[in-house]
Amino acid sequence: MARFWPPGEVGERMISFLVELTRMRRGAWEMVASIIIAIGVVMLMQPYILWAYTWSFLVTLIGTVMFIIVSHFPE
Amino acid sequence: MSKTKIVDAAAYATPLPLRHRIRGLSDRTIAWIFVAPTLILLLAINIFPLIWTIRLSFTNYRANRPNADVKFIGLRNYERILTDSDIWQTMQATAHFLCWTLFLQVVIGFALAWLINRKFKGNDLWTTIIVLPMMLSPAVVGNFWTFLYQPQIGLFNYLISFLTGVDPSSFTMIGEVRLAPWAIVIVDTWMWTPFVMLICLAGLRSIPDYIYEAAECDRASKWRQFWTITVPMVLPFLMLAVLFRGIENFKMFDLVTLLTGGGPGSTTELTSINLKREAFEKWRTGYASAYAVILFVTIFGLASIYVKALNRVKDR
Repeated sequence: MARFWPPGEVGERMISFLVELTRMRRGAWEMVASIIIAIGVVMLMQPYILWAYTWSFLVTLIGTVMFIIVSHFPE
Repeated sequence: MSKTKIVDAAAYATPLPLRHRIRGLSDRTIAWIFVAPTLILLLAINIFPLIWTIRLSFTNYRANRPNADVKFIGLRNYERILTDSDIWQTMQATAHFLCWTLFLQVVIGFALAWLINRKFKGNDLWTTIIVLPMMLSPAVVGNFWTFLYQPQIGLFNYLISFLTGVDPSSFTMIGEVRLAPWAIVIVDTWMWTPFVMLICLAGLRSIPDYIYEAAECDRASKWRQFWTITVPMVLPFLMLAVLFRGIENFKMFDLVTLLTGGGPGSTTELTSINLKREAFEKWRTGYASAYAVILFVTIFGLASIYVKALNRVKDR
């Protein structure tokens, strides 16, 4: 059976990211907001799925507002 | 009369109460007085129109019917835009234009900067020649590339014919659906690659020679020096260039209007051209305002991510 602990570099980064999220730190939350914005922009400009285009603005807006809010969180 | 005497004379010529009032101003008040004109201009030119546009985006307002009733229609404008397949197509055309121009400008611009950065005879002359397209007006560039793309007399078709052997009159760059998107990409790349090159050149020239000398002492190959010294140190400059070009190309209007006018059909109709048609040809002001708000949020979101990435690269 594979050992999951100690988790290795990627796992450690993941854990520290989750800890930052729970402690409301700026870096981790900005990362989440950035990913949401990026998904929204891809949804807006992709040529395949119409419903993704329809909901793209809402996703981008949520990401952008979230980014503005979380950029005031402590470092 | 000496300078001090002039100042004294001016101070004494000022009516007494005013003199006292000015002397009584705090540093904070004086700072506000200096900043106020800029703030007022910013509010009048940027913030107020933005708020007004957001307000109009929820109405059926038409600028060509100022006396008609303006109704609040909620999110209907947004709903129409985000379910319209024609606007979806303009988004795709914009994405195609944006991605390819940025990719080509970064690759060619960086390569040119890397070549120009090497010491050779006529270096300055070549820099000037390469930078020339950037100095031209988009209107001029749009017009003369229209001539260059002419199938009968255009040099571009003859060049392609010379290189590939196809008949020069067998294709029309700005008249064919599959070629027109590439026609605008080529022109924008031709015009704005020098801008990216200049920024990259500034980055390359800011790298001190001793870093390369230290790498040579450590027997690092040229390839390794390129990837571990040159690229990381030029990256912040390159990202800045991409930010500027990305925002500019997202709202590209003049060059494409003059080249293709959005055609053939709506193949090269970018979002800004489409927006202008909705606002000033169809006069659907409320609808166009909602469209503008969607584009604004998209650009704002992208710019936020980008500035964050740029700061991270600079800190590294």
